[in-house]
Amino acid sequence: MIDILISGLLLSGTYALVAMGLNLQYGVARIMNLANGEVLVLGALAAFWLYTTSQISPLLTVILVGPISFIGNWLIYTFLLSPLVRRSKTQGALEVDSILATFGMSFILIGVMVSIEGGFFAYKYLSEPIQILGSTTSLNRLIAFLVAVLIGGGLYLWLNLSRPGVAVRAVAVSTEASGLVGINVPRVSALTFALGGAITAVGGALISTFITLDASVGVVFTLKALIIVIMGGVGEIRGSIVAAVILGVVETAVATLVDPGLTLTSAYFIFILILLFRPQGLFGRRAT
Amino acid sequence: MRPATWTELVYAAILVVLAAFWPFVTNGYWLGIGVDVMMYVALATSWILFSGPTHYISLASAAFFGVGGFIVGTGMSDYDASFWSMLALSAVVGAALAALIGLATLRLSGVYFVIFTLGLAEMIRNLVSWVQNNFLGSRGLYVLTDFTDTHLYWMLLVTSAAVYLLGWIISRSRLGFALRIIGGDETVARHVGINTAMAKVILFTTTGFFGAIVGAIIAPRWSYIEPNQVFSPQLSFFVVIMALLGGSGRLWAPVVGVIPFLLIWNWVDANFPSQSILVLGLAFLLIVYVLPNGVVGRFEELRARIRRSS
Repeated sequence: MIDILISGLLLSGTYALVAMGLNLQYGVARIMNLANGEVLVLGALAAFWLYTTSQISPLLTVILVGPISFIGNWLIYTFLLSPLVRRSKTQGALEVDSILATFGMSFILIGVMVSIEGGFFAYKYLSEPIQILGSTTSLNRLIAFLVAVLIGGGLYLWLNLSRPGVAVRAVAVSTEASGLVGINVPRVSALTFALGGAITAVGGALISTFITLDASVGVVFTLKALIIVIMGGVGEIRGSIVAAVILGVVETAVATLVDPGLTLTSAYFIFILILLFRPQGLFGRRAT
Repeated sequence: MRPATWTELVYAAILVVLAAFWPFVTNGYWLGIGVDVMMYVALATSWILFSGPTHYISLASAAFFGVGGFIVGTGMSDYDASFWSMLALSAVVGAALAALIGLATLRLSGVYFVIFTLGLAEMIRNLVSWVQNNFLGSRGLYVLTDFTDTHLYWMLLVTSAAVYLLGWIISRSRLGFALRIIGGDETVARHVGINTAMAKVILFTTTGFFGAIVGAIIAPRWSYIEPNQVFSPQLSFFVVIMALLGGSGRLWAPVVGVIPFLLIWNWVDANFPSQSILVLGLAFLLIVYVLPNGVVGRFEELRARIRRSS
């Protein structure tokens, strides 16, 4: 029981980080980014590739992968997605367009990644067993969790205490009203989208230290991140954290008690409960 | 979407009759392509039936298709049931599944629906594999029938025609009118007293019904069925691309999207198999940035412009 709680909690650290990235992209930049999982896998691929070819520690890769992903996502938003934002008349039309466009991007990313590494991104990094509260886990899971908490906590403080953070939260509440009070909405949206992508890629590099990924697994992570965001409430960072812990623990429980092949099914089960009983999310306000 | 006209129905009927002769003029490779084309025409038309007016992107095709194939496989392999009874059963199960999904997700905003359908096929595949491994013991299923490609082709042609006819009837009915209002503005629709959730659920149920039928009809073609094969998520994306490439404004438009896309896809898959997924991605981008209303929509725009200038 305590084993499940601890490994579920450790897993949820990276989940929360990735979900925060997606939450910024959807909650603030209003882009339903279905290529989010592929960006995550791209981060994982970078960690794998740098570690196996030149023995660079994944923790160092994290520092490298963040800024690169930031620039990449900023370019994608500025050149591919902002035309869609300008073209669409309603939020619904933008959602349809951004879903289709990011699908396209996700397939292109998969294609590129398959041509770099067609197999599994398998490598061993800090996989020594350690004891926490009498339960055995591996060191890499703990480190990934701590780094995720560090980055996530920093992001939370930045959003709540700094001036740019306030601007980001204002855009999340209303694009029109933020425009009226003098916030440069397109600029904030682009930077937030880029920030979300950077966080996702960092999360991917961290996840790759303890889960073996491959080029086509991105969609599963997209789905989990989406379920976390919806469960927590769109635009709610605190909600994402709580939801990630719930998903991480439930998944680990199902994997150990029933069958490891049913983790996605358990995520769906949570999803259905949320849709039926609390569609605005645990912490969300009622949708208008 | 405007209500479909009688002329359109007559043209469609002529097209169906002509298409029925395809197995007499070819065989082998091109007949196989014909079966693929008919399968996707049926799936894409039933996709448009729901997504065209509502603008909800459904990625559930693979799930319904898989359910159909899997039911035929299990029934014929493990319970000695006849193909036809299993075909009927899969249609019922597909429709029921769609109704349940619709009731859970279609009351809410469209994004929830897309996300839910995104992993649906994968989730059902995991569930089916788990049940098979732990309770049924067998993984592979045999579907042995006397059907040739010609029979499958005709069955799929009949299904496509049925989907089209249903869509034609709906678009001229009260339900079709309600759907056009929902597509225009859902808030308005709700305020004039339309039960928007119900209308959407009914339409989505037809998608599940026909998706499962197509999956059931295709099952004999494989003769050996595994969950991994029938629940391939790629199928859902194919259906979306083909439908949108043709254009979601017209019920017959998928025909325009399916044929060129399948021909290009087969060529790419044969010559550059490792790059095929890139083509899938480029096709999505092409639709969003160049052909937002599909080939048919672009053609109609051009015609309207010519008419205005002359």
